[in-house]
Amino acid sequence: MTRVSSPDPQRDEVRAAVRQALSVAVATGLYGVSFGALSVAAGLSLGQTMALSLLMFSGGSQFAFIGVVGSAGTPAAAVATAGLLGVRNGLYGPQVAPLLGAHGGRRLLAAQLTIDESTAVGTAHPPGPAARAGFWWTGAGVFALWNLFTLGGALLGDALGDPRRYGLDAAAAAAFLALVWPRLTGAQGRLARLVAAAAVVAALATTPFLPAGVPVLLAAAVAILVGMLTPVQPPGSGIQPDPRAARDPATRQDDEPEEGARP
Amino acid sequence: MSPTATWVAVVVASAVVFAIKLVGHLVPEHWLAEPRVARTASLVTVALLSALVAVQAVAQGGDLVVDARLPALAVAAVALALRAPFVVVVVLAALTAALLRALGMA
Repeated sequence: MTRVSSPDPQRDEVRAAVRQALSVAVATGLYGVSFGALSVAAGLSLGQTMALSLLMFSGGSQFAFIGVVGSAGTPAAAVATAGLLGVRNGLYGPQVAPLLGAHGGRRLLAAQLTIDESTAVGTAHPPGPAARAGFWWTGAGVFALWNLFTLGGALLGDALGDPRRYGLDAAAAAAFLALVWPRLTGAQGRLARLVAAAAVVAALATTPFLPAGVPVLLAAAVAILVGMLTPVQPPGSGIQPDPRAARDPATRQDDEPEEGARP
Repeated sequence: MSPTATWVAVVVASAVVFAIKLVGHLVPEHWLAEPRVARTASLVTVALLSALVAVQAVAQGGDLVVDARLPALAVAAVALALRAPFVVVVVLAALTAALLRALGMA
């Protein structure tokens, strides 16, 4: 990002943060269409689909939830999978909370809006008005558009009928692949690729024997083992708000800083 | 899952996901600064998403089935390697599977 000199650099920073927030919100919101359509295809009602986007509001967890429901998993497995995929949001809190200084009701609102995108944009700007603008505009923008497009997708999915005829079951697999892809590529992806391969083997090997939803949780157990037992690399590779976690690979390319992962 | 069970799961899962977000805003910063914790959380995300890719692509009930989903997933991977946006990747996969099924593949 280039910064032009101007009489009020701080206002320029804020304006840049807002612009970035809006472009991220549009890109992310758009694929709320796929979530809405896939959720209805997985057997959820329009109301349940909207409840997920309004209340859960975390793309990875939502896709996982409908994935487990769609494959006839138990409610417990759906809750556990969605919760585990939401764990990273808990790690974003300590990074954005000091930037926002929110209390009371505002803190609850900030918590609900703490997702990959708002964290990535908020922490990409210097602490102060620009960081706050980046977080709030991204969070609110994604929330509004994500829900709007979820509704559109759900109505569309309802109208389509048999999801298999339109390849929506394959689209669900592709959506998960697109979500995990940025985490597997790049210089720091070696351990991630190893874990991904182990997860695939563990899930598929146990699918014939375990109830639906459980093989996926077993894959998480593999990751916890590897994560806790493998020696940690030098400091700095730790709790950076991984910008690659942003949901849409497209927004990542021009909007978010990378720490040397990109040539 | 019955409609009621699904609703209960929706509400409980949403509460869990929100509680995790809120905890992040309330705990002292250094609690989560342990690199091992952060890395493990990131790996759990990778493992869950990868397992979901596999299960969505080939599982059908308790069986492993190769059908139109697998070639569709391959098309999605190529699109991702070419840095296509999320929506394009998803739509291409759906079109591939729909086309193969229209041509008679399972």
